[in-house]
Amino acid sequence: MRDYLSAENLAVGYGGQILIQDICLRLRRGEIMTLIGPNGSGKSTILRSVIRQIAPLRGTVYLDGRPMDRMTALDVARRLSVLMTDRVHPELMTCRDVAATGRYPYTGKLGLLTPADWEKVDEALALVHGEDLAERDFAQISDGQRQRILLARALCQEPEVIVLDEPTSFLDIRYKLELLSILKDMVRRRGLAVLMSLHELDLAQKISDCVACVHNHAVERCGPPEEIFTAKYILELYDAGRGSYNPDFGCLELEPPAGAPQVFVIGGGGSGIPVYRRLQRQGIPFAAGVLHENDLDYPVARALAAEVIAEPPFSPIGEDRFRLAAERMASCGKVLCPLSAFGPMNEKNRLLRELAEQAGKLI
Amino acid sequence: MRRARSRYWAAFLLLLALLAALVVWNVNAGSVSLSGAEILRILCSPSDGSTEYGIVRTLRLPRICAAVLLGGGLSVSGFLLQTFFANPIAGPFVLGISSGAKLAVSLVMISLLSRGIAAGSAALIGAAFLGAMLSMGFILLISQRVKRMSMLVVCGVMIGYICSAITDFAVTFAEDSNIVNLHNWSMGSFSGIYWDSVAVMAAVIGIAMALSFFLSKPIGAYQMGEVYAQNMGVNIRAFRLALILLSSVLSACVTAFAGPISFVGIAVPHLVKSLFRTAKPIVIIPACFLGGAVFCLFCDLIARTAFAPTEVSISSVTAVFGAPIVIYMMAFQRGKSNL
Repeated sequence: MRDYLSAENLAVGYGGQILIQDICLRLRRGEIMTLIGPNGSGKSTILRSVIRQIAPLRGTVYLDGRPMDRMTALDVARRLSVLMTDRVHPELMTCRDVAATGRYPYTGKLGLLTPADWEKVDEALALVHGEDLAERDFAQISDGQRQRILLARALCQEPEVIVLDEPTSFLDIRYKLELLSILKDMVRRRGLAVLMSLHELDLAQKISDCVACVHNHAVERCGPPEEIFTAKYILELYDAGRGSYNPDFGCLELEPPAGAPQVFVIGGGGSGIPVYRRLQRQGIPFAAGVLHENDLDYPVARALAAEVIAEPPFSPIGEDRFRLAAERMASCGKVLCPLSAFGPMNEKNRLLRELAEQAGKLI
Repeated sequence: MRRARSRYWAAFLLLLALLAALVVWNVNAGSVSLSGAEILRILCSPSDGSTEYGIVRTLRLPRICAAVLLGGGLSVSGFLLQTFFANPIAGPFVLGISSGAKLAVSLVMISLLSRGIAAGSAALIGAAFLGAMLSMGFILLISQRVKRMSMLVVCGVMIGYICSAITDFAVTFAEDSNIVNLHNWSMGSFSGIYWDSVAVMAAVIGIAMALSFFLSKPIGAYQMGEVYAQNMGVNIRAFRLALILLSSVLSACVTAFAGPISFVGIAVPHLVKSLFRTAKPIVIIPACFLGGAVFCLFCDLIARTAFAPTEVSISSVTAVFGAPIVIYMMAFQRGKSNL
């Protein structure tokens, strides 16, 4: 299938000054492409150039196989609609009126809507679960509701591709999920193409078919989320020296407290995570053990602990790991044992616990 | 939706009824009072050479037509400017556009009168348009630097003062015989307008109104902001140019014939939007025209009769009724952050 929206060697910026160059985008119908990157990297500038709000300084954007700068505004409007971050202050307009403005490219000289147009408006409102808002004044609804109504407006335009600039900012988690679900649904059912920028890495990772990283004045990398979301690259992309990123869960961890471990935590099966986080908050360096490398606690311990004593997956804790842990425990002033489930695999952890108890270190 | 539509009809009927009532009242009111039967006779029959006939046919009727046309044009001009600047307190008077037109017109008038030539309608409108565009140019330059709308209005008021000051200089140094006329006009007045002027203003305002009405679709899109309007297929550059030209032509035409008239351009669109409970341009543009006509007829009635036989300047009357509305809007308008 051919690209529906594409750009080759695009350079964009303001006032003749190039801000981002070497932008190559290829978006097919039925796909979601997400731009990620640090604040001020120019995600919005790229989107604004793609929708022709600012003129590209070099290169061309192609829409439906045609160079966009040679298409009429109306031709573009029937294929591409937008949901941008600009605040709208329409006067005395109900939400239905706002959604109805999306019918603009299809109405006659006076912009009057036919009953068929109104049907489409109501359909779009239903898609975003905005039927109850239809008669409300647009100026008096919440940010999340506004965002949904503006999405309905964009859908009313019956686009083939929709461009969204940080559509989930200011939304609470429910509306974030809802908005992205609606998009995903439209992509699957109508073969819509979506180009958007997102701040939420976890959501970007889950929803995107393709992720473009804007960094160092260029689209530094572009590819499927599996290739982009690696622990190393994400930190590099955001120039984040402190803390760590866990690509499997798409979550960020703060950096571990510095210094030699003062507390030893016997964890496993998820029981350790809240303890690790608490110690990190209190700034107490700790050691964690003995964890299997496939344990739920393991990635968090790796991110937060000064030292992790780990055993390869699916094998019982061996003698040398046990001895190492006992040694480390001896050098720590306190031992915490949130772990309560012991079995053949982690039998040695029970022994560690008993050792700690005997030494009077267990809290 | 059906409820909205019946509201529109009711509001239009109300405005038309008010207009009709004020026309009748205006024909009737004045130093010579006439009975209804007499007026009907004068309106329907050919000239009988009587004074009453002259008063109604050559003084009161053209003045009423002028108030209707100019009041309507001024309100629509205000609405267009409010759309352009996305600012409910923009208007030809507060942005100094009327004063720019006034300055240009008085300069032309004085220079022509001093050579013994009476300035024709076309020259006056042309001069007013140039003056209006000059002020508009300044405002556009300022609007690129000033993002706060209230500051833009303050700048507009300043431009207005500068233009008025220069006009006053010019008037001061004009020959005595011209001053009375010029002075009346520069304060704003519907007096001294005859049929030939009415024909010209009807043509200019009629065309500008029709063009504005056919812009209601992009205006509606533009109310959603520039980004969305562009994405909906509005050619922003051409559209903005059209808005500037149309609003300038309308306010220039008003100023050329009646001088600067204050606050109509802000107060009437606001009142009309509240009455119709919508800002849809396809409804509001004709409604603004009617509303402006009603407002100016009413104010002119007061200007003529309140302190008869002395006439007050129309601008004073519109200020008395219009300025409080503007203050109310600045204090209580929703979306104040925008100002």
